[in-house]
Amino acid sequence: MMDGANVPMIKFHLNGADVSVAAAAGERLSASLREKCGAKDVKIGCNAGDCGACSVLVDGNVVCACLMSTAQTEGRSVETVSQLRNSDEGDALAAAFQNHGAAQCGICTPGMIVSAVAWMRSGEGTVEDALGGVLCRCTGYRKILDAVNEAARGGGPTLTGTGKVGTSIQRLDGAAKVAGIEKFGDDIAGMDVATVYVIRSPYPRASFKFGDIEGFSNLFDGVLTVLSAKNVKGRNCFGVIPPFADQPVFAVGETRFKGEAVAAVVGTPDFISRFKDTDFPIEWNILPDVGTPEEAMKFGAPELHSGRTNNVMIKGFVECGDSAEALNDAAQVVSGRFETGFVEHAYIEPEAGFADIVDGRVEIHACTQAPVMDLESLMEILGLERGQIRIVPTGVGGGFGSKLDITVQPYLALAALAVGGPVRIAYSRSESMQSTTKRHPAKMTVQIGADSEGNLCGMRFDGIFNTGAYASWGPTVANRVPVHASGPYVFKNYRAEAVGVHTHCPPSGAFRGFGVPQAAIAQEVLFDELAAKCEMDPLDFRVQNALTNGMATVCGQIFEEGVGIGACFEALRVHWNEALDEMKNFNTASQELRRGVGLAAGWYGCGNTSLPNPSTIKSGVLANGKIVLHQGAMDIGQGANTVITQIFAEALGADVYEIELVGADTDLTPDAGKTSASRQTFVSGNAARLSGLALRAEILRLCNLDSAVAQISVGDGFITVADGSALNRISLSDLPADEDGYVLRAEKSYDPPTKPLDQNGQGVPYAQFGYAAHLAVVDVDMRLGTVTAVRLVAAHDVGRAINPMLVEGQVHGGIAQGLGMALMEEYIPGRTENLHDYLIPTIGDIPPIETVIVEESDAHGPYGAKGLGEHVLIPTAPALINAINRAADVQIRQVPVTPARLRAKILESQND
Amino acid sequence: MYFQPLTLSEAVRDAQNNGVQVLAGGTDFYPSHGDVLPDFPILDISRVPEISGIERTETGWRIGAMTSWTDVIKADLPPAFDGLKAAAREVGSLQIQNLGTVAGNLCNASPAADGVPPLLTLDAEIEIIGLRGVRKIPLKNFLKGPRSTDLSSGEIVSAIHIPAVDGVVSRFSKLGSRKYLVISIAMVAVLLRVENGAIAEARVAVGACSPVATRLTGLEADLFGARDISGIVKSQHLSTLSPIDDVRGSSDYRLDVVVPLIERALQAALETA
Repeated sequence: MMDGANVPMIKFHLNGADVSVAAAAGERLSASLREKCGAKDVKIGCNAGDCGACSVLVDGNVVCACLMSTAQTEGRSVETVSQLRNSDEGDALAAAFQNHGAAQCGICTPGMIVSAVAWMRSGEGTVEDALGGVLCRCTGYRKILDAVNEAARGGGPTLTGTGKVGTSIQRLDGAAKVAGIEKFGDDIAGMDVATVYVIRSPYPRASFKFGDIEGFSNLFDGVLTVLSAKNVKGRNCFGVIPPFADQPVFAVGETRFKGEAVAAVVGTPDFISRFKDTDFPIEWNILPDVGTPEEAMKFGAPELHSGRTNNVMIKGFVECGDSAEALNDAAQVVSGRFETGFVEHAYIEPEAGFADIVDGRVEIHACTQAPVMDLESLMEILGLERGQIRIVPTGVGGGFGSKLDITVQPYLALAALAVGGPVRIAYSRSESMQSTTKRHPAKMTVQIGADSEGNLCGMRFDGIFNTGAYASWGPTVANRVPVHASGPYVFKNYRAEAVGVHTHCPPSGAFRGFGVPQAAIAQEVLFDELAAKCEMDPLDFRVQNALTNGMATVCGQIFEEGVGIGACFEALRVHWNEALDEMKNFNTASQELRRGVGLAAGWYGCGNTSLPNPSTIKSGVLANGKIVLHQGAMDIGQGANTVITQIFAEALGADVYEIELVGADTDLTPDAGKTSASRQTFVSGNAARLSGLALRAEILRLCNLDSAVAQISVGDGFITVADGSALNRISLSDLPADEDGYVLRAEKSYDPPTKPLDQNGQGVPYAQFGYAAHLAVVDVDMRLGTVTAVRLVAAHDVGRAINPMLVEGQVHGGIAQGLGMALMEEYIPGRTENLHDYLIPTIGDIPPIETVIVEESDAHGPYGAKGLGEHVLIPTAPALINAINRAADVQIRQVPVTPARLRAKILESQND
Repeated sequence: MYFQPLTLSEAVRDAQNNGVQVLAGGTDFYPSHGDVLPDFPILDISRVPEISGIERTETGWRIGAMTSWTDVIKADLPPAFDGLKAAAREVGSLQIQNLGTVAGNLCNASPAADGVPPLLTLDAEIEIIGLRGVRKIPLKNFLKGPRSTDLSSGEIVSAIHIPAVDGVVSRFSKLGSRKYLVISIAMVAVLLRVENGAIAEARVAVGACSPVATRLTGLEADLFGARDISGIVKSQHLSTLSPIDDVRGSSDYRLDVVVPLIERALQAALETA
């Protein structure tokens, strides 16, 4: 197995310098570059050539470093982004990426820039062909295309926004991303750090017995320790919603899904790089499993969690009026049974991290969306006090909901405690896909009725959501769906129930929209059918029934201001009319290729549903005059670092560029809650606004000023306050400093005002909703069943766009994920555990997107701003399906609409 | 053990090691072995000069086993190779095309290998070298089934030979669920000789619709003399296809869409002839 005695030295030129690497036989170039040459700017997303994150230039040609043997680079030149960043092309690209917001999380950026440099130098082929080998999950690619095209033209103007609320500025944390020096989860550990490898169940349900673990440990020198449930000193159970916590760190006795952890081997990096699961002493006994809610709810089905009868975890319910009577009396009724599958988050960064014991405390450096929740979970699991654990989030290479749950953290912590020193872990792509949460598959039966004037009169929604083996965010999905399944429309008679059911599948959890995107497919597609029955234009039908200020939602909640769905629809009207004409003209001349246009809307309540949801933001002025913002809201690519700082600076009355950021760290930043539920701009933004106002009041107090317009700026050991022509200078050296060195400080919290829902779901679930409407134009190849998206127009009511460029970035990224869900994405446990069987959109699949920003100010949002992160995905899939239905004269009931499924529908429709 | 021979004869010698696996471009080698370091002997043939590049021979063309997809795209080749070049451009991504080799695509023997249909229409032969010397075998006989070839232990593929074929046009078309980095649901390669507006010779191959991509000889015969393509492909022409159901599409779907794929490829070829 080993040939360690005779490891040849491979010599090549790395970024212009001669290097010599002792590479193991067959070692991948990506591994050598990262672990032996320290080139952590080469990112590993799949180890299979599927994502392109590890793209480097070898003798000027772009290749995946994960597909090349290091020995093949002997005598050759290897260039990575850190070198190329300094070339003329790299310089132009870095600037353009920053000006367009083309880097969100930044994990694909090195691969993108390397590929773009190769394209600019070769001048061959299209930019899409050049970048087609690099996957991005955040941006929707259009900003990347804009940036690369602009760089190729010789560059463009620099964003000149002042940073005031409402202006587009470059990401404040962007420079590190475009240079490839942002540190993600697997970029922290140094060389030769002990490595953790998790042993996972190869079967959905199996009992197991460990063999001779001690013998195994003694047999291999490289094994440092083996961890299993007996090493968990606290509670071998975690979950994001404490009353539902049900997931073990290590399974005991029996596993509940394929990929579930049962043990972990901690070994030397060399040992783990060669270790095969088959060497681990464990005996499996396969047991019958249930893979669908239907099977799971059958009498006699194995019960996954005792006390959850029929495997039903929870039911969510909302009812108003009498939907049965209303549907009975309706002039027109449409109905349908809709089905969606598991969707994988497919961020390009698999879960990874590093841990160490520092001054007797456990420190975890890992990618996460929720550092304080991680800390609270680890306190329980490790049986340690809060002060004994520190969570230092790394850069997050995409999250989209899945990195809210703990993954690598307990293994890192247990291993670091066991070996008494530094350890690291990085999930493989298949490990990430097998073991982390997914979007819930849904089966939804829906009936909607309208009266003879085309007014909605009643709706009934019954959804069954496959919540997988463990609860995760399943309760949130079950509660959110009935509140949102009406869409942003007026229903006086409504009944919606969502049931979460356990199966032996990976846990379903949070994924951009928490079940609302699935429900929106059913509701918005049926709306088009209902509009047709009412002989109404689909846009007019929606406008006529849209929520307005002063109208009650299905939960009985009334907003006196800020209901922006009507404005979103009106923003689309001109595009809708144009697209209808374009469709008619196109189809007159084309039979095999048919054009279609579709509309859909969405809404989404920002923050937790009827639960406390506070954020706290701390700020201060140091004696040297620096203004520091402790910003604990995780920036997972969406832009919180920039948006929260813009809001804070606006409230403080200072220049955004003068604010120094302290990033999330449970030792340094107060709890700004989790990055989820589209809450950071709204909730943490409000906390930042309050913190900025409080700090401003402190400063103005020192100059006995009471001014709304005074501008604050920093100096060396002083700050100045300019109020009209009067200039106040405050010397800070005389002020007493606190233990953090602050001479002035402010720490403020914000918790959105909500009220509990009663047994019929009536109440005040959210303090604010955001609204959206999308228009999609598609071409359907009638003989192949393929769909080409031609363009999208997205109208979003964001209340107030704090940074319009970042708003567009969210819209584009959400649309790309919505398009993936509509057309190609379906995770099949045990079958699509890689990025070539599980397909996400590439740069060639996302059409031009026009974003229309609508600003209907919100009563509670900071400067009127609303959340956006999840709204951006909700209308996309139903808009595309409505376009497909119109183009091909079919009635789609299942996503993804793969070519095979669509062709079958076309044949069915033609045979009718 | 990691062998990196500098001559073909050294490569043949190294290929005799028990359990050795050949590494060329690496684009199938690495994904198929997972994340763990290989624990078997590796024969890296990337430094063998005799098997690199494309050259003209007395009877046609020789594509060395280390020839990458990008090498094919950039080579100055007659229109008969347009289909192969189009297939090369559809392989994965630039990153894959720059590393992956045409010969490796054949040795990997995936039913969905992009290179196979165009090479079948070019009547490609595989040059194999072993201790007993060099042998040549038609591509259709080289491929035995999914992941199975005629290579014996101790043998390596050294080149692909294409007999000269002039006065023809060729096309390739691939159906996938997204634009880049996609495995074919079905694909079609056609090569036509057209005389006075009528088809004088037709070669049609279909991939991802049977364990090994295959020529449709019945259709090829029926295309002789044809001037109009519409409706010419009949279900009996597809009787040798036996597609499977998988995550990319159903068997019925593949049989259904292969008809327009063939018709459109033929039409495009006919229009440029």
